Amino acid sequence: MKDVDRRSFLKIAGTSLGIGVLYSAMPAAAASGEVGAMFDAWGKKNGERVTPFSFIQLSDAHVGFNGPPDPLGTKAFERAVEMVNRLPQRPDLVLFTGDLTHDSEDKDVHSRRMKQFLEISGRLNVPLVKCVPGEHDAGLDGGALYRDFLKETYYSFDHRGVHFVALDNVSRAKPEVGPEQLAWLKKDLARFPKSAPIVVFTHRPLFDLKPEWEWFTSDGDDVMNVLAPFENVTVLYGHIHRDDEHELGHVHHYAARSLIFAFPDPEKAAEKKPIAFDKDQPFKNLGIRVVHENVAGKPAVDTASIEDIELTAQEFSGINGIQQILRNPSL
Amino acid sequence: MIRSNLLKYSLAATLPVTLMIVLTFVAPRAARADDGPRVIEITAKRFGFSPNQITLKKGETVKLRLTTEDVTHGFFMRALKIDEEIDPGKTTEITLTPQTAGTFLTICDHFCGANHGNMNMKIVVE
Ligand SMILES: [Cu+2]
Repeated sequence: MKDVDRRSFLKIAGTSLGIGVLYSAMPAAAASGEVGAMFDAWGKKNGERVTPFSFIQLSDAHVGFNGPPDPLGTKAFERAVEMVNRLPQRPDLVLFTGDLTHDSEDKDVHSRRMKQFLEISGRLNVPLVKCVPGEHDAGLDGGALYRDFLKETYYSFDHRGVHFVALDNVSRAKPEVGPEQLAWLKKDLARFPKSAPIVVFTHRPLFDLKPEWEWFTSDGDDVMNVLAPFENVTVLYGHIHRDDEHELGHVHHYAARSLIFAFPDPEKAAEKKPIAFDKDQPFKNLGIRVVHENVAGKPAVDTASIEDIELTAQEFSGINGIQQILRNPSL
Repeated sequence: MIRSNLLKYSLAATLPVTLMIVLTFVAPRAARADDGPRVIEITAKRFGFSPNQITLKKGETVKLRLTTEDVTHGFFMRALKIDEEIDPGKTTEITLTPQTAGTFLTICDHFCGANHGNMNMKIVVE
């Protein structure tokens, strides 16, 4: 087989809806001979042939949060669910990258918030919803309440030939994954060939994005070292309440916007303070991000392009603006 | 788009400041400043530190004595290589000799409740 750049095989195209991110896992399987043969080979090794599908990332709903930065509570979350349900092409999967709920010291209150989260996310008309905890879900009780409702805080599963890994970097109270989970991760990945497409989803960034704002994972380097041999790794996370894209080595790290309020750009803002709610422009901080990674058919280069499109008034009228973007993802 | 790599990050974290930090855990006792490095007492309480700013001199060795009035808190500053826990009923001591001037935002990185995300203080080195 000809030596093709394997990184080009998994095309993760992320289209940020401002309220979440739609990803399309589109391995260029439809493409010709050599690539198709590679996918067959993967299929034999991984147990399942990679076939194109799309999925959504939602993050940081903070169900139960009530405060000036977002007096609308769960409205953005509910709107996101409606939008996902109205997408012309139903996604296979929704990944929720933590802070499903806002913490409460009263267990009953926190429990009610978790139930409300499950009620709203239960309206998602998708076959599969997978979550990881954020520190507001699991930081105070080591993940006990989270596990009562959602079982494990870290796990993995395979979907259409892509290996998804859920990592928990919150329930030890500190921003860390911890030695047990690292050992588990090594074991979990052992059966995969280096070319296997892997999507890691977690709450906090696995690198030092802004340590003074607690935007880091102290043993994130250890996680990335375990993942280093793998050639097709994408990391999705939340926590920072803004969209972000970093390329570290050959791994792309994407953050989704939150469903509650936004944080400012850490490069520009003096302090970590939510961007104030503006009732005249309630979606002012929402926007659309289109990410094209290794667009099939072009020379395989290790690049990604991002387009940030601020939502216009059209966005207020509902899904139309979004569908426009989705119809033409190569804008 | 911002591009970087892990190597750059780890270098960035270690280059600007070189410090000697000695950590010990001892039972609470009165601060004694007369026969050793200057001692600075810092108290953690949800969701802040008291005092919330301290000023150190470049090259001066100081001892920080950290206690908490309520739950476990963290004490974290990447560039100063400080990463400690402050547990109830214990005193966490940090001896440091800052070599670089600057203002270092030090955070609680042990989740402690609703306003945990804003629990921080400044270490100013002149
Ligand atoms: Cu704290």
